[in-house]
Amino acid sequence: MSDVSFVRTEMLPEKEPPASEVGILGWIRHNLFSSWLNAILTLAALYLIYYALSNILSWTFESVWNANSLSECREIMMATWGDTHGHACWGVIKDRWLQLLYGFYPPYPAHPDATWSNPPETGGWPAYFRPNLTFILLLVSIAPVLFTKAPRKLLFVTAAYPFLLPWLMWGGSIWGPLMVAAGFAIGYFVYKLALPAAGSLTALILAIVLPILWWLFASGPVAVAIDSVIPIGIEPVQSRDFGGFMLAILLGVVAIGVSLPIGIVLALGRQSDLMIVKYLCVGFIEFIRGVPLITLLFVASLLLNLFLPPGTNFDIILRVMIMMTLFSAAYMAEVIRGGLAALPRGQYEGADSLGLNYWQAQRLIIMPQALKISIPGIVSTFIGIFKDTTLVSIIGLFDVIGLTNGIRADTAWNGVYWELFAFIGVLFFVVCFSMSRYSMYLERKLQTGHR
Amino acid sequence: MKKSVILGVATIAGLAAGAAAAGTADDVKARGKLNCGVASGVPGFASPDANGEWQGFDVAVCRAVAAAVLDDPTAVEFIPTTGKTRFTALASGEIDMLARNTTWTFSRDVDLKFEFVGINYYDGQGFMVPKALGVSSAKELDGATVCIQTGTTTELNLADFFRINNMSYEPVPIETNAEAQQQYLAGACDVYTTDASGLAATRATFENAGDHVILPEIISKEPLGPLVRHGDHEWGDVVRWTLNALIAAEELGVTSANIDEMSSGATDNPEVNRLLGTEGTLGEMLGLDANWAQRAIKVGGNYGEVFAKNIGEETPIGLARGLNAQWTDGGLLYAPPFR
Repeated sequence: MSDVSFVRTEMLPEKEPPASEVGILGWIRHNLFSSWLNAILTLAALYLIYYALSNILSWTFESVWNANSLSECREIMMATWGDTHGHACWGVIKDRWLQLLYGFYPPYPAHPDATWSNPPETGGWPAYFRPNLTFILLLVSIAPVLFTKAPRKLLFVTAAYPFLLPWLMWGGSIWGPLMVAAGFAIGYFVYKLALPAAGSLTALILAIVLPILWWLFASGPVAVAIDSVIPIGIEPVQSRDFGGFMLAILLGVVAIGVSLPIGIVLALGRQSDLMIVKYLCVGFIEFIRGVPLITLLFVASLLLNLFLPPGTNFDIILRVMIMMTLFSAAYMAEVIRGGLAALPRGQYEGADSLGLNYWQAQRLIIMPQALKISIPGIVSTFIGIFKDTTLVSIIGLFDVIGLTNGIRADTAWNGVYWELFAFIGVLFFVVCFSMSRYSMYLERKLQTGHR
Repeated sequence: MKKSVILGVATIAGLAAGAAAAGTADDVKARGKLNCGVASGVPGFASPDANGEWQGFDVAVCRAVAAAVLDDPTAVEFIPTTGKTRFTALASGEIDMLARNTTWTFSRDVDLKFEFVGINYYDGQGFMVPKALGVSSAKELDGATVCIQTGTTTELNLADFFRINNMSYEPVPIETNAEAQQQYLAGACDVYTTDASGLAATRATFENAGDHVILPEIISKEPLGPLVRHGDHEWGDVVRWTLNALIAAEELGVTSANIDEMSSGATDNPEVNRLLGTEGTLGEMLGLDANWAQRAIKVGGNYGEVFAKNIGEETPIGLARGLNAQWTDGGLLYAPPFR
């Protein structure tokens, strides 16, 4: 027997992987056609996507922009494509986009007869810059809150914003918002002065009661008095004229901005050992959550009117704002309570062992973690309340949905549906999608690696 | 932080809150503005145009009242109301009058404590069907599917009509007129029923309006008119006689074209003179000045002119006068004498 054993002495060179396993082909094979069942599903899905897109895209882009009525749109469609189906009539958006965005906000409040297309002779910027500026300032003022990289000095804008917003939107004398702001200053100084003399509890009570007295009885007359001496102001705009997407953003921003702090307080109150505080919070949360939002809106628009003395002019937008804020605060409280419940007991004990008092522990240890856990829930509550603002159309406010009804009542546009709703859908999608992306960014940034 | 917004505006709102004065007419004069409740969008009756100006047949009544009381047809705060909010808005004093095609019924007048000051449009419930259905009378609708707005008087009228005629139908419940148009055009129902004025307005928006017919039967009475609160008769009188002035002006041949000439001096017709204030003291009795009716008529012309401009046959809505013609032309409009 001869020795025929054969042992390879060197490695074979690596071969290229088969063409069917790499590159686009490989990806397609693995992900789309890995079995005959998947292949069928892939083909069916592709056909569905093609079918939907071919209709939607041709509807969107083979469309009429330059028309002043639906019938004119139809004439143009007949002349161009020989068919009125499957073509959008964007003329309605071109005609009414300002109204859809700003409602009846007067472009020139000082000149009631002037319109956007027919400005007064004195010229000047249309008042639409006021809501626009309010919105830009909103972005500026929340930047330092949202992004740690933003300059810290912007926090001054954030502090001023709650006073700037009503002044810019409603107009009038600047002294009103300033006097309201003065109330906070009064509270602060009273606390500082009374603290050494009267002890912390008395100082706290004084710091709460005195500003409230100021707001209720003094701030109004003082503002009027100063205004009569040094009148500084911009043309006032009635709440009735607010509408369109601006109203949705206004209601959404106020409800979101105010409900978060109230929600935190309610969530803490619900976990409190003080019985009265606890049951007040539980009662509030459960009552509000047990009632549909539309019911609260009806209370705001109808019932309050019956309770208040006749002739009382309690601003309808303000009433709606309060109701929406209370509503979202109750949900916010439960979302944050979820975050608090997820914290292990050791965190509380750790805070105690460091000798922190209740508020220090909440501020430095508990809340940062609880809020981080609750981010997805908080943001979905935000998005939810923002979309719920469209419910105000049911109580007769002209938000975007209410406006579609008003626009259709114009004989020129009676019969237009999809174009209006598609436009509104895009507006809402942009805002809600941005909020959702931001929450994902925030979650990634705050990821401290517990898993 | 933003709590201050609420507090701030609440303070301002609190300041604006004034004590209630005696009568609505005095309130309106003191305020310098008429708060008029209108529909949030009914073609031809109330709709905001691209500049936010309100237009329509009901809106014209508001403007006429504002012109009569305040000498300014633009001194109106239009407050859009929905079917659900309209009565509370009026009862609570948020609006001074409601002109929102509201049907005058016993219970609304008596039980809800309102006062209908008159009728500005005689409506009635009708049916619309596609021509292809081959139906020429509502009596042939046995077994039809019917698109019907839920929770309205039209729903009850429909049930009554089919029961009286021993027919059956299948209701397709819908919420709004807009939804109804879509459902009807998509063929979800054979018949669409609502007020005849609404049917005409709806039909006018169809691409092929000629393919649909409105059946001749009108199965209910829907007298639509402006209303005010019970108990304030002075104000009720102002609104009632402003509406009557528009109607009487048409009967007496006073139009926006000749009103200046007619009111410049006494004419041969004493009733015209009393209406326009060149004779007698009717305005004073109403708590207004002598020219109140002149101003109301000048805004948009007499009843006939307002009708023609907003919903008449020349407009896309295209309603014929029908029941809403003057009594002298075989209609139901009959303004009491100005004496």
